[in-house]
Amino acid sequence: MLDGRGSIRRRAGARLWLSALWLALFVLAALLAPWISPHDPLAQDLMLGRLPPAWMAGAEPGYWLGTDSLGRDVLSRIIHGARIALIVALIAGTATCLLGSTLGLVAGFYRGWADRLISRLVDIWMAFPPVLFAILLIAVLGTGLTSVILAIVIIDWTRFCRVVRAETLNQSKMDYVHSAKVAGFTRLRTLVAEILPNVLPTIIALLTLEMGIAVIVEAILSFVNLSISTDQPTWGGMIAEGRTSIHQAWWVLVFPLIALFFTVLAFAQFGDGLRERFDPVLR
Amino acid sequence: MSSFLEIRGLSARLAGTGQRLLRSVDISLPAGSVRGLVGESGAGKSMIGKAVLGVLPKAVEIIEGEILLDGQDLQKVSPGERRRLIGAKAALIPQDPLTALNPSRRIGPQITDRLVDILGWTKARAAARALEVLAEVSIPEPERIMRLYPHELSGGMRQRILIASAFAAEPKLIVADEPTTALDVTVQKQILKLISELQARHGTALLFVTHDLGVVSKVCDTLSVLYAGKVVEDTTVERFFAAPQHAYSSALLAATPRHTDPSSSLKPVPREVTDAVAAEVAVDDTTWRPNGGVRG
Amino acid sequence: MMLLRQTVSRLITTLITLFGVAVIVFVVIRVVPGNPIAMMLPPGATEADIERLKTLYGLDKSIFEQFVIWFGNVLHGDFGTSISTRQPVLSLVLDRLPATLELSIIALVMAVAIGVTLAILGTRFRGRKTEAGIDVANGVGLSVPDFLWGLALILLFGVLWPVFQISGRVSPRLELPFTSQFYLFESVLRLRFDILADLLSHMFMPALALALPLAAIISQLLKQSLKETVNLDYSVLARTKGYSETKVILSEALPNSILPTLTLVGVQFTFLIGGTVIIERLLSYEGLGNMAIDAVINRDLPLIQGIVILFAILFTFVNLAVDMTYAFLNPKLRHA
Repeated sequence: MLDGRGSIRRRAGARLWLSALWLALFVLAALLAPWISPHDPLAQDLMLGRLPPAWMAGAEPGYWLGTDSLGRDVLSRIIHGARIALIVALIAGTATCLLGSTLGLVAGFYRGWADRLISRLVDIWMAFPPVLFAILLIAVLGTGLTSVILAIVIIDWTRFCRVVRAETLNQSKMDYVHSAKVAGFTRLRTLVAEILPNVLPTIIALLTLEMGIAVIVEAILSFVNLSISTDQPTWGGMIAEGRTSIHQAWWVLVFPLIALFFTVLAFAQFGDGLRERFDPVLR
Repeated sequence: MSSFLEIRGLSARLAGTGQRLLRSVDISLPAGSVRGLVGESGAGKSMIGKAVLGVLPKAVEIIEGEILLDGQDLQKVSPGERRRLIGAKAALIPQDPLTALNPSRRIGPQITDRLVDILGWTKARAAARALEVLAEVSIPEPERIMRLYPHELSGGMRQRILIASAFAAEPKLIVADEPTTALDVTVQKQILKLISELQARHGTALLFVTHDLGVVSKVCDTLSVLYAGKVVEDTTVERFFAAPQHAYSSALLAATPRHTDPSSSLKPVPREVTDAVAAEVAVDDTTWRPNGGVRG
Repeated sequence: MMLLRQTVSRLITTLITLFGVAVIVFVVIRVVPGNPIAMMLPPGATEADIERLKTLYGLDKSIFEQFVIWFGNVLHGDFGTSISTRQPVLSLVLDRLPATLELSIIALVMAVAIGVTLAILGTRFRGRKTEAGIDVANGVGLSVPDFLWGLALILLFGVLWPVFQISGRVSPRLELPFTSQFYLFESVLRLRFDILADLLSHMFMPALALALPLAAIISQLLKQSLKETVNLDYSVLARTKGYSETKVILSEALPNSILPTLTLVGVQFTFLIGGTVIIERLLSYEGLGNMAIDAVINRDLPLIQGIVILFAILFTFVNLAVDMTYAFLNPKLRHA
């Protein structure tokens, strides 16, 4: 039993480090994109269209992961695509987290009419299919980075709100909250100084999860051609293009898909790993 | 080969830490007789019952010794055979009637399942037998009760049903694991009387696990006193209450206020006695701590 | 009695939620910046066209009046006319609903089958490599959304090993003798197993993509619950009766663990239905979701709002149905 637990701990550690490693690569690629990508991600050369990856017959040196139908370098486009993904992950993830967590804390701690109102809003939000809601919002707001981020915040704040509210409710019943009340602290101070630190591990795990989701939502919107302007390379846009030429040039779909897959997986696993490591209860 | 249950030199330990749980336990139980297993929690008395029924927790491993049930060594047969052997020849009366019945299954099938699935009876015969044993434990309207769910019945009723279920297959051995501890005092006496009567009528061997010497004096013929996983005294009930041989037994007896009252429970044994006994039984290893680790 | 009171109060909250949905849809489509008329107009429309449309949609009235008129129409099932096809939105939407419903239900069945099997295997072989493997699979299944699973499946079963259809709902060469849009249901009723096989071959990938994340959730929650239940007293008692570990898991633990898992899966099933939007697009499956994306691309606002409201009704009723099933299946609630 005891050694079983040890191996689970080791596995959790490996998971945390592997996902951290991938996320570090992802951030570096995004930051250094103009300097490390071998080609201009937008440079078209129809003579070099649909070149296979470097290890296959008919490859052209320097185009490691091949080219798409317009002769654009797949590797360079993936590296540049990481920029949009990172921006969306950071800004949309954080904004969603702030909005949802604040509403969740307020609903769970103050209860009363605020809780009733917020919970009812959550119920209404849960009645919308998130992807359809996002697409509808983009249709109304117009395409562009700001619209994409706004749409993610508007559709996904409920994820934080539901969990943080439940967690705050639990914490509010604890003795330490009661002691803080007896000690004469203001309600706001109790919420911020006593409850928030205990809800924080949950919020942080959700935040990294949300960053991965934001990347996916952006990719989905790019996939249906509703995200950023078309000349910006995005993973979703590459996937949409690769989907149409899947039988002629599978690499145009596969490599951005792998990048997206591991990034989403790494965000989720990183959050879980962090919570396991730093949650005082689990530790 | 006169005993129905024969445990010889049984030792067990906790996997991982290696903490000793049973130390060379010898117990013999002739067909139709009743033996009490007495000791504090953590002494290993429940562990013996679980070992006999083949339901030791995964973390507990048997190091040596044999458990002979009707002459067959349970350690030497395949797990599947052991299961069927135990299912056919032995039964358990569990401690807590509130948790020992499956809340999402009706009462009837919980009595008849063993008869049909393990013993291969027809459904009709099993149902008739269930009605019979339910009547035997004085359950009113057994047909109706069999269609109910456990939560619709009181704790006392549920314990009667569990007793009926244990006797339904006419087992040669029943392990009763503190069967009255979870019940009200008034119900305790009735249940104890019921178990005693059924045991006598059916001639079942009964291994009665308890921490209550009052219960032992009423129900048992012989008893084994356990301390730290070791049998420190193996004697008849008369001799035990007349003159306990072991220091721990005397202390145990002295700590029981009125050993004729089944509701009285054990008072703590004085520290100097437990320390002395611990030193005596634990000479071979130093890992054991009083009340440490797995619940007895 | 308790059941009845619960049902009534639950119905009331459902109606409030649906009213809220109507308000949000109205706000998003009519109030948020971005002129709805401009979106509906074909290129080269004149001032007169704009005025005509404004009157047609009642946009010259106050927002509140507009809402009352619009909501009244919605209550009567009048969602307006689709701009791109000139057909009533309601009939367009109801025509596509069966395809999406069938896909969601097959996906749910797959998710439950995979999830329950993995949970039982993980419990049976707990503490061993099998369980560790299932834990890793659950972790990946939970973290990666249906969209990516759909793409991975296309690569796997459409390109590497092309055994399943990667686009559409049914092969165009087949003559369909059906009178409704419930193809799967009708093909079973009419014993047309050739069509059934074709439908399932088309459905396999979208349904599996939708099922995998839910299967991981079911597997994880159910395994956790089973592992607790197999150590409870009644499971131990069953073992002493001579039952095997597998039988103890199946007949003692499973009936008690499946119910709490079911309630948690209810909300997740609505996420699965929501996932059909992009998965249908990805695999060109002719359902509601695919139609919704076309509607957005064609700026067909009446059609979009019809689809969104239909989805919302579907979601709230799925949740309602799950709650009612839970109340009905739980012996403690039923007999209380």
